[in-house]
Amino acid sequence: MIKLNPKLSQKFSYLILFLATALAIMPIMAIIFIIVKNGISVVNWEFLTSMPKNGMREGGIFPAIVGTFAIVMSTIMLTLPTGVCAAIYLNEYARDNMLTRAIKLGIVNLAGIPSVVYGLFGFGIFVMFLKLGVSIIAGALTLSIMELPVIITTSRNALNSVPYSFREASWSLGVSRWQTIRHIVLPNALPGIMTGAVLSIARISGETAPILFTAVAFYVPHLPHSMFDQVMTLPYHLYIISTQIPNMPNSIIFGTALVLLVMILTMSFIAIFVRIYFRKHRKW
Amino acid sequence: MRRIIDTIIEKVIFSCGTLSVIFVILIFSFLFMESFAFFKDFDITKFVTGRYWYPDSEPALFGILSLIVGSFLVTLGACLIAVPVSIMTALYISEVVSKSVRDVLKSLVELMAAIPSVVIGFIGMIVLVPCVRKLFNVPTGLTAFSGSVMLAFMAMPTMVTISEDAIHSVPWQYKEGALALGATKWQTMRRIVLKTARPGIMAAIMLGIGRVVGETMTVMMITGNSSRIPHSIFEPVRTMTAVIAAEMGETVKGSMHYKALFSIGLVLFLITFLINFVADLFLGKNKNK
Repeated sequence: MIKLNPKLSQKFSYLILFLATALAIMPIMAIIFIIVKNGISVVNWEFLTSMPKNGMREGGIFPAIVGTFAIVMSTIMLTLPTGVCAAIYLNEYARDNMLTRAIKLGIVNLAGIPSVVYGLFGFGIFVMFLKLGVSIIAGALTLSIMELPVIITTSRNALNSVPYSFREASWSLGVSRWQTIRHIVLPNALPGIMTGAVLSIARISGETAPILFTAVAFYVPHLPHSMFDQVMTLPYHLYIISTQIPNMPNSIIFGTALVLLVMILTMSFIAIFVRIYFRKHRKW
Repeated sequence: MRRIIDTIIEKVIFSCGTLSVIFVILIFSFLFMESFAFFKDFDITKFVTGRYWYPDSEPALFGILSLIVGSFLVTLGACLIAVPVSIMTALYISEVVSKSVRDVLKSLVELMAAIPSVVIGFIGMIVLVPCVRKLFNVPTGLTAFSGSVMLAFMAMPTMVTISEDAIHSVPWQYKEGALALGATKWQTMRRIVLKTARPGIMAAIMLGIGRVVGETMTVMMITGNSSRIPHSIFEPVRTMTAVIAAEMGETVKGSMHYKALFSIGLVLFLITFLINFVADLFLGKNKNK
């Protein structure tokens, strides 16, 4: 083998690293480009606010949008308070003992369980055992368990980034442990917690497998009336129209994908900007 | 009064803290109970080594070997693509470009993680599947290979971000030492940085694999769903996750088929549990340095 000049070999390697990076970010660009290009023509006010017609082949996606909102909001209302409390416990109260180690291991493993296994579990326990039926509430409970480790981890990082001296200053004034958390630690950690929450909302909006047997229906002719109704959601609707319905016009599939994509990317960008903004304007 | 409120709140916080352990135990015992009932009626060795998954035939056959092979093949293919690309990307982002470019590139890579798996599956169906069919001249483009390519893209965000963190946290003294001895930046990266960051990179790979093994919607849409043991990567396969997702809706509660699907769930649970456990060990190793 020819021995390359080190300078030359560095240039060559950098080129390869650059190509790998290009390969890693190309798919996201390509996906956004393809979906926007093909979907933009069908997305208008009517598409967003009307019911599907003619076996989904015409009309809009209004019930799927409403269903996605219903599920996502119920999920975040369940999981955010629980997750933040768990993060507070781990960061502010927990000592280094067996229980804490078990909790940490639990979080790691909860985060790794495949989404379809959550679906199985949710179906067995919420739909069948607790007899909630295939409903918004059963889906939201399933998703909230799945999202719990993510919320805990992001909230814990946010709490952890609040300097320890803030707490000491508060304690030295005779403020109790909880009061310190409530008035000093939480307000300072709030931007970080909210960023995590917004990212979680984005993630939940795109999930399909966990709600496949717990919340969604092929087609529901009306909007959900209560937490115990089945719903349509955007990702499931996209799955159905792209695989199950013959002679489906491609434009409607792309339009649905575009709406889902825009929802998720908007939330991701909000989270990224909030993070950058608060990093610059931090008090410490 | 205030003290009572404090105590109550602290009790609530404590119970929330223990919830994650409770859920893991609950999920495991639930899967275990259903599987246990299943293995009373169906031999466990036949379940793991059986080649045929015919839940509707008479007698019903619940062999998951073809599904395990399917999952394994798709995962292996995805790793072969994603691992080298991710490590190189992480090196480039962390060591070559300036800080502002680094932030932009990292955000872009992370953005990929936000794309729902259904959207990725759909794009795979429209763009990749016809390409695979023409390019490799196979009867259908719905193959394990197509699944591997799309899953590789989904594993990359996890692999890149975590290995980038590991590479970035290599102490600067190590690098300066090598540079001072006359090594080029590339030699330093290859021989010093990569070696020091190895545990973190291993953890990144494990977590990426965990994500690929558990992925459901994308593989269900583009791997063809054929439960035969494939001869090559260019044949349709069916993964464990896809079987659960596709068949759960049609089963009757309490039937053999229903319990068999929970048993597959248990297998998946155990596999991902192991993967995450190993990843966690690697991450712990990294921190102790």
